[in-house]
Amino acid sequence: MNGNIIELVDLTKKYGDFTAVDSLNLAVKKGEVFGLLGPNGAGKSTTILMLLGLTEPTSGSVRVCGIDPVTNPIEVKKRVGYLPEDVGFYFNLTGWENLMFTARLNSLSGKEAVAKVNSLIERVGLRDAAEKKTGQYSRGMIQRLGLAEVLLKSPEVIILDEPTLGIDPTGVVELLQLIVRLSREDGITVLFSSHYLHQVQQVCDRVGIFVDGRLIAEGNLKQLSGKLYEGAPYIIEAGVNFDGIDLKNTRPEEWLQEKLRGIEGFIAVKPGADSYNIECQTDLSAVISKTIVMAGAGLNYLNKKEYGLDEIYNRYFEGGRSNGRRH
Amino acid sequence: MDGGIEKTNKPEMDKKGKRNGFLSGFSGPAFYKADDRVLHPFSVIVQKEIADHVRSWRFLILLAIISLTCLGSMYTALTSIREAIKPNDPEGSFLFLKLFTVSDGILPSFVVFISFLGPLLGISLGFDSVNSEHNKGTLSRILSQPIHRDYILNAKFVAALIVISVMFFALGFLVMGFGLIAIGIPPTAGEFLRIVVFLIISIIYVAFWLNLSILFSVRFRQPATSALSGIAIWLFFSIFYGMIVDLIVKGMVPQGYATEGQIINFEIFRMNLNRLSPSQLFSDATTTLLMPSVRSLGPLSMIQVMGTIPGPLRLTQSLLLVWPQITGLVAGTIICFVLSYVSFMRKEIRSR
Repeated sequence: MNGNIIELVDLTKKYGDFTAVDSLNLAVKKGEVFGLLGPNGAGKSTTILMLLGLTEPTSGSVRVCGIDPVTNPIEVKKRVGYLPEDVGFYFNLTGWENLMFTARLNSLSGKEAVAKVNSLIERVGLRDAAEKKTGQYSRGMIQRLGLAEVLLKSPEVIILDEPTLGIDPTGVVELLQLIVRLSREDGITVLFSSHYLHQVQQVCDRVGIFVDGRLIAEGNLKQLSGKLYEGAPYIIEAGVNFDGIDLKNTRPEEWLQEKLRGIEGFIAVKPGADSYNIECQTDLSAVISKTIVMAGAGLNYLNKKEYGLDEIYNRYFEGGRSNGRRH
Repeated sequence: MDGGIEKTNKPEMDKKGKRNGFLSGFSGPAFYKADDRVLHPFSVIVQKEIADHVRSWRFLILLAIISLTCLGSMYTALTSIREAIKPNDPEGSFLFLKLFTVSDGILPSFVVFISFLGPLLGISLGFDSVNSEHNKGTLSRILSQPIHRDYILNAKFVAALIVISVMFFALGFLVMGFGLIAIGIPPTAGEFLRIVVFLIISIIYVAFWLNLSILFSVRFRQPATSALSGIAIWLFFSIFYGMIVDLIVKGMVPQGYATEGQIINFEIFRMNLNRLSPSQLFSDATTTLLMPSVRSLGPLSMIQVMGTIPGPLRLTQSLLLVWPQITGLVAGTIICFVLSYVSFMRKEIRSR
């Protein structure tokens, strides 16, 4: 098993001429929170369906907990909890009844089922709503109920397909925290698909970026940005206060450019929203701060700019699009 | 039990009056009970489906319609049963069966009612069985549980079949019971068996329509489309099919000087065309069973009839006579089921 709980080798899924997933190689380690990031229609859901044996791959192999879901889907489904995108419950039954139904489908005895359902309802914070019909639940409550249902079978792996879709921001934060807590407390591996970068950024140990059925990059944030911005300029964000300086009809960034020109390794100044991005070849923050202050301007702050998933995402998608014309 | 929610039993919840009125005593499926038993997942789904059916408005409405049918046909049977018995009638000894077949010419008999309403019952219990699960987003959730995919389809069929069977047997026996009180003559063992076989054939007939509508529910994403397709086929067979057969046959009527063989062949051809319709098979089968004097469903030549003493057939003989019809109905049911099975197993289940 070499510590990988999910292993995909050359996985391909075709629908007629359309390739939904294209020779995908991916390994997820036990206990980590892995984020599948990609735009709609990138093949995330198809990959998840193949992981569960709900659809058959055209070629390649899948191993989940060391089991092949194509030949033995039941064993995989015993170990993997799956929360589908836009999950639904029987709205004529209460939350409690819905969970009992699933518990009994997982071959729990009546006593075990009742005990487990009750404790999980407590855990996801639905105690007061347990006896309400799920038809009256809000989207966030449905998702939490879904999470409780996923945990019913004491899974080794949880797969969440767009779990935050349609929930308000506070609900999202609560849900994400809940997911992370569960993963840490119980040592559950979590595979989490989303097209919202910030959510993935908040909770995932590692991220895989999916475009047009291909995994174009994987790793943690640092690795991703390192890979992507190799050779790209170093950016320092500076908040500068020009009070009491005669700019002589030039724009502030031109004034800055003039002052910084002499520094070795300096490239250019570009205006940001309410700061200035100073591009240079190496980390020149010490020299830059000194120069600005010496020139008489006030320096509010100086910040080394880290690439967030936003930039990474956009950058990769541009890349993915431009070299992704395969059809 | 970690003292979480103090709730071990479903009936407690029911007492809070959550269920609609007269069903409040209904304690819910056994899988809500906190016992030590491990239930087979298949039986869990069947239990849930039955509970869903029984609690649904749809079923209550159907039950009301069919109960009214029973009352209506009982009424006609009881008012006209006196005239129905003629002296020297070979079926005179089968008075009890007349409860199901006699009509006063205004209201149809029980059998005709069932052959007309049975399809409606089957279609309405099945038309949204798979697509509504899909639309609610529950199908992919249930399929990700450790169960075989076909459990869902099989359980839907079995649950609806159980509901139909219980309903038909209850209604059939109620009609018998009321009839017993009203006419005061108990049924013979033979009559009783004939009625039981009649009820079983009715169930098979409804099962055919049930499977047809399950097939549509797998094929069509919208429940309305699938319901409409089922109703269209039902209307086609109950209204238009007879006309179409007449139209085809009209041009082929043997002329005045046709031989006996030609006439018989023509009659057989006409009947076989009619028998492509499930309702024709059903009415053939039930009339034979409930009218023991029916000796043949096809034309008889003079030689065959000559010398026969009009008398009732035994149950086994009647059954033998309609065996092809029963086989045909069962085969139709199985074909529909296999088609829906194959297309369901191949279907890729995505969330909504």
